[in-house]
Amino acid sequence: MTEEIVIAGFGGQGVLSMGKIMAYSGMMQDMEVSWMPSYGPEMRGGTANVNVILSDERISSPILRSFDTAIILNQQSLDKFEHAVKPGGMLIYDGNGITRHPERKDITVYRIDAAEEASKLKMQKVFNMFVLGGFMKVKPILKTEYVIKGLKKSLPERYHSLIPMNEDAIKRGMELIRLKSECIG
Amino acid sequence: MAEITFNDIIKPENLTYKKSKLMTDNVMHYCPGCGHGTAHQVLAEVLEEENLQERTVGITPVGCSVLMYNYIDVDFQEAAHGRAPALATAVKRLMPDKFVFTYQGDGDLAAIGTAETIHTCNRGENILILFINNGIYGMTGGQMAPTTLEGMKSSTSPYGRDISMMGSPIKMADIVAMLPGTCYVTRQSVNTAGGVRKLKKAIKKAVQYQNEKRGTCFIEVVSNCPSGWKMTPVESNKWMEENMFLFYPLGDIKVPAEK
Amino acid sequence: MEKELRLMKGNEAIAEAAIRAGADGYFGYPITPQSEILEYLMEANPQTTTGMVVLQAESEVAAINMVYGGAACGKKVMTSSSSPGISLKQEGITYIAGAELPCLIVNVVRGGPGLGTIQPAQSDYFQATKGGGHGDYHLLVLAPSSVQEMADFVELGFDLAFKYRNPVMILSDGAIGQMMEKVWLKPQKKRSEEILPWATTGKPASRPRNIITSLDLDPERQEKFNFKLIAKYREMEENEVRFEEFMTDDAEYIFVAYGTSARLCQKALQLARAEGIKAGLLRPITLFPYPKKRLNELADRVKGMLAVEMSAGQMVEDVMLSVNGKTRVSHYGRMGGMIPTPDEVLENMKSFIKG
Repeated sequence: MTEEIVIAGFGGQGVLSMGKIMAYSGMMQDMEVSWMPSYGPEMRGGTANVNVILSDERISSPILRSFDTAIILNQQSLDKFEHAVKPGGMLIYDGNGITRHPERKDITVYRIDAAEEASKLKMQKVFNMFVLGGFMKVKPILKTEYVIKGLKKSLPERYHSLIPMNEDAIKRGMELIRLKSECIG
Repeated sequence: MAEITFNDIIKPENLTYKKSKLMTDNVMHYCPGCGHGTAHQVLAEVLEEENLQERTVGITPVGCSVLMYNYIDVDFQEAAHGRAPALATAVKRLMPDKFVFTYQGDGDLAAIGTAETIHTCNRGENILILFINNGIYGMTGGQMAPTTLEGMKSSTSPYGRDISMMGSPIKMADIVAMLPGTCYVTRQSVNTAGGVRKLKKAIKKAVQYQNEKRGTCFIEVVSNCPSGWKMTPVESNKWMEENMFLFYPLGDIKVPAEK
Repeated sequence: MEKELRLMKGNEAIAEAAIRAGADGYFGYPITPQSEILEYLMEANPQTTTGMVVLQAESEVAAINMVYGGAACGKKVMTSSSSPGISLKQEGITYIAGAELPCLIVNVVRGGPGLGTIQPAQSDYFQATKGGGHGDYHLLVLAPSSVQEMADFVELGFDLAFKYRNPVMILSDGAIGQMMEKVWLKPQKKRSEEILPWATTGKPASRPRNIITSLDLDPERQEKFNFKLIAKYREMEENEVRFEEFMTDDAEYIFVAYGTSARLCQKALQLARAEGIKAGLLRPITLFPYPKKRLNELADRVKGMLAVEMSAGQMVEDVMLSVNGKTRVSHYGRMGGMIPTPDEVLENMKSFIKG
């Protein structure tokens, strides 16, 4: 098994940290992992993306141009990465602020309205965990218990009190994700 | 006044010219009448009297005193031009119990090494910076230095230093005295026996302050350069007293509060 | 203490490995994409645990000269920077090489020339392997291609630096510096308290004074010293060449690539083999000394070698010198922070094969 993932969105949406938690969780599950961020000025506000690879084998290239899964959190990233998904691959996107929706027919497209839900529940801080939950539902490689362990590893001790909220967000995200074809509007 | 006999003169306390045990027998390359040799001797005397040989690391510059390590019998590092305070910083941080000094000329300390000088003083590194200011690049053959006086001729200011074109001479001691990191800043000279004694006292104080970890000590020695100035040693000392001392007045600029 | 598994950025791995290797001092100045090294060390504050000194210098120039001063005391000292900063350090590096001092220099390379970009590149190969500053000298250059190697090469680099009394460079790039992978960290080593006989630590009565200098005004003595350095570099070529091979046994065509490019080529190699192309990969781990002999041997039985680098073609010159005309050699590279994709690399191999 090798899963090559790109996560992309605005800086501040938790793109890099979602990738980090996935990599930590993969490591806890004895997988080989790599996390390769876009870095530089774009890190400081604009768009951010990260390549995450989870694999049973030694990872060759940590830098990729085509992906098994793209997790997309804004329009610019959708425009940039929709075509980078391998045929037969998967695209997950948050519908918030999207005016041009994914159009490809040779990939499976899921939609998760995580931003809306997070704001409704006043859980914006853990918005990215809703999305991660959605991913875990439709691509069950990472187990929740290891994600929680991964969170404990990656978060500074002072934020450990927030872990239950993260877990709730993951669970809610799992319920929230839908095939795009099943979504109205 | 009592008559002074020969036996009085050669009493140990009156001997001014005894060669320090820490001076090697190597023949000095300095020009006749140059202040470097005297400054070396004074420094060596202090290192000897304070029993510092075993724990001294000296850093030499690029300039006339580049070969200083041939003359004083302590461990030495030879720095790149202007970088001596950076080396000294690391030596002192890694071995805080050593006595660490740099010995630098005006081109080294006040031109190419300005950043290292300022920041080392600003961090208050517990080292001694000995600054020999003769207002000229001696080693490379008499070019204009950052400390060359207004109107002073050199091979790169052949019509005299024109401050509208070349800027004013820079008073490094006054600049570093403003930094909280320095604890002791003084300007001395070795043109007279009295001056030699004062410099020795100043270096002894610097040793004490370094032992007490009180910050950077900066001792400027206003000196002459008979070859670069194209004067005899006697003329150069006179010129120094009449010109250099006006712009670079001798005396303490910053002294630490007594403990 | 056991070995410890962590998920870390390459830059962080270097910093942590330095503490664990028992380094005495780190002197640095911030520059993207390697500032995490200084940040990590400042946060870890090893002065309070191992006693390691960490100092943010006023410039790269000051930082490398602090390394010079520390190395002259026989201490395990290091600095890190990225391309423009490494250019500034060249003065200090040539003095350190000329004074025969051990130290570790990390270059997390970004695209140039000039201020260039902050994205990964391999365009400092010439500078790293051919000397970099003035005068005849070489650094021993290690090229990590994973976060694990970023950590491992710190201790290895120090060991080699002291073995040869020569500066060692870890030549990395922004991709390996910024990415996170699993890394096994070695247990904490104690800092050495040994006083090295040549070091300037204060002159006891038992030995003559130690002088650390790169100056000798006598040309005959200076030339003798140059010959001594050359002999040292020959010894490194005998003993320290390191490389890794992938599927070279039956390979007809070989990728030659180091660092990040080697990782891309591993993927390109898988893709090539899947299409029935008999490709292989040689990954130099030491860039100086270079695996010349091995490439020359392989040249006897392959049809060609393609050097893949994120540069305009620098290492390819060493491949050509190694094979000395025995086989076809070509280069494929991207520049300015662009990273080639494995597919792109494969396409270039295919057109290289076509000739």
